[in-house]
Amino acid sequence: MSRYPYVREVSPTTWYFRAPRYMRYMTREVTSIFIGIFTVIMLVGLSRLSEGQAPYEDFLAALNNPFSVIFLFLALAFALYNSFTWFNVAPKAMPIQVGEELMPDIVVAGGHYILWAILSVVILIWAGIF
Amino acid sequence: MMDVRVAERQTDLEILRYNPEIAGEPKLERYTVPTKTEWCVLDALNYLKDNVDPTLTYRWSCHMQVCGSCGMMINGEPKLACKAMLRDYPGVIRIEPLAHFPVERDLVAVADDFLAKLKRVKPYLIPLEKRLPEDGEYRQTPAQLKRYRQFAMCINCMLCYAACPEYGLHPKFIGPAAISLAHRYNRDSRDGGRDERQEEIATAEGVWECTFVGACSEVCPKHVDPAAALQQVKVASTVDWYLEHFMSWVQK
Amino acid sequence: METIQTDVAIIGAGGAGLRAAIALAEESPNLKISLISKVYPMRSHTCAAEGGAAGVVKPDDSFDQHFHDTVGGGDWLCDQDAVEYFIHEAPKELTQLEHWGCPWNREADGSVAVRPFGGMKIKRTWFAADKSGFHILHTLFQTSLQFPQIERYDEYFATDLLVDDGRCRGLTAIEMRSGQMRRFNARAVIIAGGGAGRMFRFNTNGAIKTGDGMAMAYRAGAALKDMEFVQYHPTGLPNTGTLLTEACRGEGGVLLNKNNYRFLQDYGMGPETPLGKPVLKTMELGPRDRVSQSAWHEFQKGNGVKTPWGDCIWLDMRHLGEKKINERLPFVRDICISYLGIDPVTDMVPIRPVVHYMMGGIHTDINAASSVPGLFAAGECACVSINGANRLGSNSLVETLVFGRRAALSAAAYVSGAKTGNEAALSARADEAQARLRELFMRNDGDETVAGLRREMTDTMEEGAGIYRTQEGLSRTCDKISELRRRYRNVVLTDKTNVYNTDLFNTLELGNLLDCAEAVAVSGRERKESRGAHQRLDFVGRDDVNYLKHSMAHYNGLEPPAVDYLDVVITKSQPGVRDYSGAKK
Repeated sequence: MSRYPYVREVSPTTWYFRAPRYMRYMTREVTSIFIGIFTVIMLVGLSRLSEGQAPYEDFLAALNNPFSVIFLFLALAFALYNSFTWFNVAPKAMPIQVGEELMPDIVVAGGHYILWAILSVVILIWAGIF
Repeated sequence: MMDVRVAERQTDLEILRYNPEIAGEPKLERYTVPTKTEWCVLDALNYLKDNVDPTLTYRWSCHMQVCGSCGMMINGEPKLACKAMLRDYPGVIRIEPLAHFPVERDLVAVADDFLAKLKRVKPYLIPLEKRLPEDGEYRQTPAQLKRYRQFAMCINCMLCYAACPEYGLHPKFIGPAAISLAHRYNRDSRDGGRDERQEEIATAEGVWECTFVGACSEVCPKHVDPAAALQQVKVASTVDWYLEHFMSWVQK
Repeated sequence: METIQTDVAIIGAGGAGLRAAIALAEESPNLKISLISKVYPMRSHTCAAEGGAAGVVKPDDSFDQHFHDTVGGGDWLCDQDAVEYFIHEAPKELTQLEHWGCPWNREADGSVAVRPFGGMKIKRTWFAADKSGFHILHTLFQTSLQFPQIERYDEYFATDLLVDDGRCRGLTAIEMRSGQMRRFNARAVIIAGGGAGRMFRFNTNGAIKTGDGMAMAYRAGAALKDMEFVQYHPTGLPNTGTLLTEACRGEGGVLLNKNNYRFLQDYGMGPETPLGKPVLKTMELGPRDRVSQSAWHEFQKGNGVKTPWGDCIWLDMRHLGEKKINERLPFVRDICISYLGIDPVTDMVPIRPVVHYMMGGIHTDINAASSVPGLFAAGECACVSINGANRLGSNSLVETLVFGRRAALSAAAYVSGAKTGNEAALSARADEAQARLRELFMRNDGDETVAGLRREMTDTMEEGAGIYRTQEGLSRTCDKISELRRRYRNVVLTDKTNVYNTDLFNTLELGNLLDCAEAVAVSGRERKESRGAHQRLDFVGRDDVNYLKHSMAHYNGLEPPAVDYLDVVITKSQPGVRDYSGAKK
């Protein structure tokens, strides 16, 4: 048999250098590491809070340094970036068809933003910020 | 004004050549061919085959972007050679067989895996209500047609598989085109086969392998938007799961 | 040689082949079906058909009108019993496709929508935007996937039919990826291999349309019928030949000469209809032969639009507006932008007539049976004949369905009574086929190339067998093709390897094209009249006394074919005048 199909292996570690679109994708994936770390910090904070006022104040004090402030700002920026890009593709995942026309993307994405804003305000009120 | 389109130029092509009977490894070969501005890459390949090297191997037929034969990597991007216009490629054009598929020879990729997956997702109408031809057509309003028509535009050119890194890394992934076609039938008002198809596509090898890179939709020559199809399947499957586990009294 | 035992072998997996396979699977579920094609089914050229498929379905239409449109359109060379069968089956087949999921365009009430087409008195063309053939093909292919008894042999190149004892009992084919020849022992064979438009330089056909099925049947002793009738589609892109569907005109596009004048009114298709309000069966909705011929006359008069690709005419769709073009003709718009850089929404498109379809093909009776027992044919490769001297747009897609199914039913009936062939004889036939291939492979002394011979063939066909023909031109083309067929024996392969050897397949395809081309040229030379798509400058007008007959070309080895004639079946429509003027309508 003369056939011998040639298989081009895809490198599991460097594949994303092949095209800019893969780089963009991986960059976005990497940003979620920051969000993950922030989530762990928040859980630790909750745990300290449950132990009483003193441990919680120690926890807050530990965060009170330039590195953690920079980290928290980065995590916030990446969280916003992930949220915006996620909401912007929502019209693909949840298209709304009215009659023969699809609702414009801005309506579907806009609905997500409005819901996001409302939930944020509710939580902030509940937390006593306003 | 039309004269610009027939202006001649020399075009450099770098083509990945592979013949299992002659050499063990694929190798890039360089060719220079006289071309016209209005040509597509396929025209340049045809010129090369007719006038320079009859052993150059590739698939093609319709030359009008509908048969799906001539998918290949052009400067690293999955493209139909009949849709890649030379006017968009000023420099050297590198042409390789579609990524992620084994290479049979030169630019011919082995398509067996795609065909097997296509068959697996049952991409045919499983009627909600049986009818005979003498009963006349099913009624389907333009709005109902619109719900799936976009996903029926797939020409099976496999460009999306060549773009999808998940498929490259995990060849078991059913992949964009096949799942989109399953979704096309799921959204058809005449169809009642969603449950059967869900068993194939709402699985780890199905939509849950997809991480929404979105490359499939970017390269699709027919604007099928497979990424959208897969996300829609995910949303619907998630809704199914919640209904089943928390609201089992609700009929699907 | 590996042998595959099967009940029915189908060569070609486009509209007709797939329809036949499904019909067999559904209606004779115990039969083993081998579906053999040199391309994956979805690559078949059915996918390139754009406009739609005709079937009587609306209350204002009638079978009678479809009958008369078809027979008159075919210049009375259609077999009227076959047309009768065809028009009655058409709506059933189209509805069947609908039941399989074909995304036909719809009216607001959910019923199937129809659009106007050339040469039709009533709107009766079912359509799926301007991708009707594509959707039909994919619906059939996808539907076929549910039948385990359909065994597909994708990318198998069929080379020869195995005929023993006067009956067709199988074929040989090359598995393209390995280069190995296989023998299919079949109790019946259906050829659904498509047309042979690639014999012309300028055509709308895909690369695969090389008349393989026609040539195989021809060499096996089946006659090729009415081969001189080659349809020019009026609207092809001038550089690539790419088809712009007749629906461009059906939806209201108009044809203009260089003076922006709607010239069709000068050729018996007037008076001029209001812009954007096409009137059926007149002006731009005249039949393809007449419209193409009118364009040719305009070029002779110097009224063609001068372009780098030669004389053209304008197709003006601007008044349709962007919305309608996007909704009804999106593919046309894409194609114009890709290949010409012209947007039909804002600019006129230069177009010219281009070879599109072969009315002729393997002679079959109304049951799709050829003259060789056990061999059936359907689709463009066959000639039943429902198309006569000129096919009406949107009849061919339906023909693949109606006669694809018909061929399947006939083959199933035949198989139930067919005995198996003589194994030794079939084996010998297959070995002969392999020996011929080996000879081609081993040949080292010769100086002909496939590309060179192909160029000479397409040039001479374009020159001598084009829209208008003469005795002198046809004779020259006959001689040239005869010469090329001899020189073909000196083709030397550059590629001597086994895996996916396209040099080999292109060579075999060229041989098939040359066989078919000779049948076209010789049948044309012998038909000394003008009828439908066969127009002779030296024999103007139809001659019903001598030529109300099908020409039958019989293979004769390296010699030109012998041509004899068969009477046309006339049931209720006597030959009359083809009137496409709008005056009295």
